[in-house]
Amino acid sequence: MSFLTTFVNGLSLGSIYAIIALGYTMVYGIAKMLNFAHGDFIMVGCYIIFLFSSNLGLPPFISILIAVVLCTVLGITTERVAYRPLRNAASPLAVLITAIGVSYFLENLALLIFGADTKSFSSVISWSGLSLFNGELQIQGITIVTIVVSLLILLVLQLFVHKTKEGQAMLAVSQDRGAAMLMGIDVNKTITLTFAIGSALAAVAGALLASAYPSLTPYTGAMPGIKAFVAAVLGGIGSIPGAMIGGLALGIIEILSRTYISSQLADAIVFGILVVVLIVKPTGILGKKIQEKV
Amino acid sequence: MLLTIKNLSVYYGVIQALKEINFSVDRGEIVALIGANGAGKTTTLHTISGLIDPKEGEILFEGKDIRRVPGHQRVAMGIAQVPEGRRVFADMTVEDNLRMGAYTRKDRTEYADTLDMVFNRFPRLKERRGQLSGTLSGGEQQMLAMGRALMSKPDILLLDEPSMGLSPIMVNEVFDIIRQVHEDGTTVLLVEQNAKKALNIADRAYVLETGSITVTGEAEELLNNDSIRKAYLGE
Repeated sequence: MSFLTTFVNGLSLGSIYAIIALGYTMVYGIAKMLNFAHGDFIMVGCYIIFLFSSNLGLPPFISILIAVVLCTVLGITTERVAYRPLRNAASPLAVLITAIGVSYFLENLALLIFGADTKSFSSVISWSGLSLFNGELQIQGITIVTIVVSLLILLVLQLFVHKTKEGQAMLAVSQDRGAAMLMGIDVNKTITLTFAIGSALAAVAGALLASAYPSLTPYTGAMPGIKAFVAAVLGGIGSIPGAMIGGLALGIIEILSRTYISSQLADAIVFGILVVVLIVKPTGILGKKIQEKV
Repeated sequence: MLLTIKNLSVYYGVIQALKEINFSVDRGEIVALIGANGAGKTTTLHTISGLIDPKEGEILFEGKDIRRVPGHQRVAMGIAQVPEGRRVFADMTVEDNLRMGAYTRKDRTEYADTLDMVFNRFPRLKERRGQLSGTLSGGEQQMLAMGRALMSKPDILLLDEPSMGLSPIMVNEVFDIIRQVHEDGTTVLLVEQNAKKALNIADRAYVLETGSITVTGEAEELLNNDSIRKAYLGE
């Protein structure tokens, strides 16, 4: 049973990676940029929830809602102010470096406002969870909620992308920005919407992450952000189901390595897998071959 | 005039791609823009559609300067383009591609009517409506790109090298369709390297050479013009 418990914990961590990876992969697919500040949006979300929930005593659900709204505004603003002016820059590195700059900016801003000391985050889920097989398998409430929420998000996103006009516009922009504009699609608006969705997801991921791992610092988002990036690449960057599969795989591998191999080596194994995947299948599990133009 | 281009200059960095060109397309015409590779034909169409911003000049559509109108809004105004290389959305089905073409249109019944019209014009697209467009042949993709552009019910259709990479039979088929689309009331601005085909179908033509318009006239005149025959018709 202990294996099962470990596996479920991996599934839960993987679900968080998946939610973060969805933001990464959508922004990459549609805006064709890696938003390396994405992990820090999570941290911002965590602090907002911490502020409203722990300090001001608002109910967790309301705090999460506020965090989602504020992170969405942050994402839209960042795109508008820092990324859009560089979208047609001569080198694609310009916007990548800017993203790294935004990442440091947010981390240091949090350092300035909240200080470097670790804040103790109280879980947004008060449910104690399930006890199965006469108590042999204990699953925490937050674990179950995390898995369910991530599946719901995946479902809603898939429906949104394939069934709505805005979602179809996103697909069109991701495949050919110029051709999308020739259809009458407002490319700027579509990219803004993508950032809004990605940032809102970052806030949700933050709530789940900080509930499962309740110590909050300005660097809380950095490592999960990078791992979610690995997950997105593993699954095939640009692919929504790919981000989900990559995230779950990464979470399970990390927790299993931590439990059965070595907790120090777990991260090395995770990043080692990225290297192997990139060598064997550079486009990731569900990634598409880059099509040659005729 | 439906479309008038006045003193249009376009730069790529320091390189001037279009040098103060002037031309116009009247409602109901087929106008051809011919010229060699790199003459600026595609640049001209991209500028009209708003994919590129000109440095100077005016783009008058129905008498209104649309230079400051964002490209995506020009589609709703009645300007549709079939881009060079077709650029269909390869990972979408044929029908989804057509739906993207109707992106600017709100009315559902109108959409169904236009879809019927396009399927009538291109029966092969109807047969393959559920197929991923990346798996279509080059000729079918060209049909799809044209059908997709027609879904917006444009006043003017900009066609960029529709014959490129197609078999001779397919080229004839594509030009037949252009003729039919024109007969249905759509104005056409046609960019072609296949000057003979283009001049055969067009009312008037402009010859573009390294960013400037050098010759203009009735298509028939140009077909009989010796220097044009030598330079562009391979005779």
